[in-house]
Amino acid sequence: MEEIIQEGNTVDQALEKALNKLATSRDRVEVEVLDEGSEGFLGIIGGKNAKVKVKKKEDKSKKAVEFMEDVIANMNLDIKVEKLADRSNDEQVVINLTGSNLGIVIGRRGKTLDALQYLANLAVNKYDDDYRLRVVIDAEGYRERRKETLRDLALRLADKAKAKNKKVVLEPMPPHERRIIHSALQSDSQVKTHSEGEDPYRKVVIVAQ
Amino acid sequence: MDELVEVIARSIVDNPEQVNVNKVEGSKSVILELQVAEDDMGKVIGKQGRIAKAIRTVVKAAATKEGKRVIVEIIQ
Repeated sequence: MEEIIQEGNTVDQALEKALNKLATSRDRVEVEVLDEGSEGFLGIIGGKNAKVKVKKKEDKSKKAVEFMEDVIANMNLDIKVEKLADRSNDEQVVINLTGSNLGIVIGRRGKTLDALQYLANLAVNKYDDDYRLRVVIDAEGYRERRKETLRDLALRLADKAKAKNKKVVLEPMPPHERRIIHSALQSDSQVKTHSEGEDPYRKVVIVAQ
Repeated sequence: MDELVEVIARSIVDNPEQVNVNKVEGSKSVILELQVAEDDMGKVIGKQGRIAKAIRTVVKAAATKEGKRVIVEIIQ
């Protein structure tokens, strides 16, 4: 990681010089003040320069893309990795996979896609804890399609619970999928939902009211 | 397949230079022995083996094309 130590009349001036040298902006660096500096007598004699250490933060979204490219290349799949700029921001980066063997990277109910996403998050957020970037791995809109499938499932099973006036237990699902079920039924006052068990076997339960 | 395990392990441990994967090839299955620095064991296994499971899931997916059974073992 690039870092420099820069002096200046004041901390602000030193920082500004450092940012110029690194050709970056304040939000992309970590700053450590090594010396506040002092003005000295009448600002002429005995003044001491301020000193700052400026370190460039890693470009995590780039790292996420590189990690995925590396992994996909080693899986010997004809798949392209691209960052979706319109769905990415400071908090998350969305990476889309496209190509012919998508079934393999998605896996049964998205199991492989979830594993890839989990590993990408670990790889990207390995070092610092103060700035975490969430990595979302998608495959030609799979996440959105899955969301719809889960919403439909939730509504259908809620109807079943109401009709038979009993509780319906769903299959085990990862947290983000359970959340989709819960929120799909949140506005339905005739059923309540909660989760039971421990991950990775935690399941949603729909109970008729 | 061994490179895949290596790439993943290297990117999640603190001591990537100490990652080593040994391939033991059988007629129907391949065993990949993953070795990491002692301090990094937790980083490739994870709570309740979650990370190890994710690595195995990805490797298995990659292996489906080759039609071989691949087993990832983490050794000390």
